Amino acid sequence: MSTDLVVILGATSAIAQAYARRRAAAGVRFVLAGRREERLKVVAADLVTRGAASAEPLLMDLSAIGAIESAVETIHARFGPPQEIVLAYGILGEQTVLERDVAAAQAALDVNFTSAALWQLAFLKGREATQPLTTIVIGSVAGDRGRRTNFIYGAAKAGIDIFVQGLAHAYAGTPARFVLVKPGFVDTPMTAGFVKSGPLWSTPDRVATDIERAVRRGARVVYTPWFWRPIMAVIRRLPWFVFRRLKI
Amino acid sequence: MDRNTSERQQVYAWGRLQPRAHVIVPAAFADEMVAAIRASDKRPLLCRGLGRSYGDVALNGGGYLLDTARADHFLTADWETGVVRAEAGLSFDALLRVCVPRGWFLPVTPGTKFVTLGGAVANDVHGKNQESAGTIGCHVRRIGLARSTGEMLDLSVDSPLFAATVGGLGLTGVIVWVELKLLPIRSATMDVETLAMARLDDFFRLSAESADWPYTVAWVDSLARGPSLGRGLFMRGRHADAGALTPHGRKQIAVPHVARHLLNRGTIALFNYFYRTRPWATGRGTMHYEPFFYPLDSLSDWNRLYGRRGFFQHQSVVPMKNAPETLRSLLELSAEGGEPSFLTVLKVLGDRPSPGLLSFPKSGVTLALDLANRGDGTRRLLDRMTDVVVAAAGRLYPAKDATMSGEAFRAGYPQWRQLEEQRDPALMSDFWRRVAADAA
Repeated sequence: MSTDLVVILGATSAIAQAYARRRAAAGVRFVLAGRREERLKVVAADLVTRGAASAEPLLMDLSAIGAIESAVETIHARFGPPQEIVLAYGILGEQTVLERDVAAAQAALDVNFTSAALWQLAFLKGREATQPLTTIVIGSVAGDRGRRTNFIYGAAKAGIDIFVQGLAHAYAGTPARFVLVKPGFVDTPMTAGFVKSGPLWSTPDRVATDIERAVRRGARVVYTPWFWRPIMAVIRRLPWFVFRRLKI
Repeated sequence: MDRNTSERQQVYAWGRLQPRAHVIVPAAFADEMVAAIRASDKRPLLCRGLGRSYGDVALNGGGYLLDTARADHFLTADWETGVVRAEAGLSFDALLRVCVPRGWFLPVTPGTKFVTLGGAVANDVHGKNQESAGTIGCHVRRIGLARSTGEMLDLSVDSPLFAATVGGLGLTGVIVWVELKLLPIRSATMDVETLAMARLDDFFRLSAESADWPYTVAWVDSLARGPSLGRGLFMRGRHADAGALTPHGRKQIAVPHVARHLLNRGTIALFNYFYRTRPWATGRGTMHYEPFFYPLDSLSDWNRLYGRRGFFQHQSVVPMKNAPETLRSLLELSAEGGEPSFLTVLKVLGDRPSPGLLSFPKSGVTLALDLANRGDGTRRLLDRMTDVVVAAAGRLYPAKDATMSGEAFRAGYPQWRQLEEQRDPALMSDFWRRVAADAA
């Protein structure tokens, strides 16, 4: 019997690595997709040392929309059908820059929403009806309400939220499952440049622990750490006359 | 969330005495560590791992701090021979989780597993098995070192730069990766024996009688005076032959950040009394390696227990012939100082040489004790203790120190000038500025 195949899109991201290290201990096989060959090789060697049965780098630009279908076919042909897909790539971007640079804004939306949605469709298209498949998508609390400081990133993450909701609805009762992860502030290279002190900051390892638990329990949406669920519930419900004054 | 790329951040050392402002440069992969030192400008750079150094060896006020804790990938591992090569940010905690189930253990470990490989090598850490195993540097095979010249060096044991880098306080270059030979074990369990010490002489007697126990350490009740000075518990252990190879768990109890000086004379007296007199304190038994090696790791942020002003740690080594007298003076001095030490530890150190140029351990006895910061009085006490150590031909451990004078350091480490010669000009630390730079 061959072991589970886990495909990680954006395998050098801090959250993806923390999660993959936990899965590696179970002896799974990995396909690690990303742009930076040297780093993918480092991550692959690391995961094999930590117990993975194998880890194969797949060098590609994950936001290259035209290449998605053929990449999925390649993965199926070389490694067989995956049991788990992790969408962990993305770019935060600087809101003030994106607002003035339409091409950069398009790139941010393509990376964070369009390509992420299409990867899921492509993997589901190639899936046999009885084949179990868990799709883990890293969203963000930024997708819960449009805010002046990051609504371009937030809109893409909100789009993915609706998209994954729809897929979960469409595939209810089948062995295809979907987990949307909504981290708050996580100390990762993506957030380099923020001052990371205070109780709201979390670590990739904490997020990975929460993802693992959510997958095990069959949760559909997981806020990580948990306190972001009540925080975002309040932010979503704030009346406009209050919200418009907030500098968040 | 505001971007603060250029803004400085206040960073504490483990003793939480005085934060210093730094520009933090995060590195998640080896290539980013190499790039950081190549790009270094006029402001000096220093690597920082998990921040367990007590004083200022891992501070570089006004300069850059290269945060290496995320560059923690295993690069190669041979589980037949136990040779592992990994990026400098790999923690002992993470390494143990991977190597213990495969029958390997750290050849040398300090009293916390929350240190990085790079930090362990830079401070040439030792542990309870120092007499037989030496320091961590004795088990390092190769070091990958990036220099500001742009070179990426692969250092072997016979290279002079290897010797300068082991115990080199992170000043010879950026330690990018380390290759380590692990220790084979058959079980994660330890055979342990704990014996009561009624006075200081018992410590010397039990140390001499424990030659067939690789791991030894003694806990001393810092409140004992007069004839019972040196009263405490002597612990010795060895890896058991039988038992599962189960690594440690993840449970930690957090110390609340509002903790205000929970360690004072009253609480310490109470703790010491019960710790020493509980019925199960002495005797033989088995325990998992975690409580044996890392009793304090179950409390995260235990350094906050000393309150807002932080604390000092004095760790010194003095030659055996001066040890009984010197230890008596040091323990008496610290007891007079008003604030008792929560954790006072004694250990005999052997003469196994480290390849490191500025390695702390040398043949004799080491004493470690904590002192809550009560301002100038505490500093004067530490100065007097340093004088006693230097007069006894001893020296202090840079990884713990926050107060020793340049003279005391240079007297203890006459080889310091060789490190200064090999230091990468792009690198500097507050410690080195304090004890060496002015004299160079």
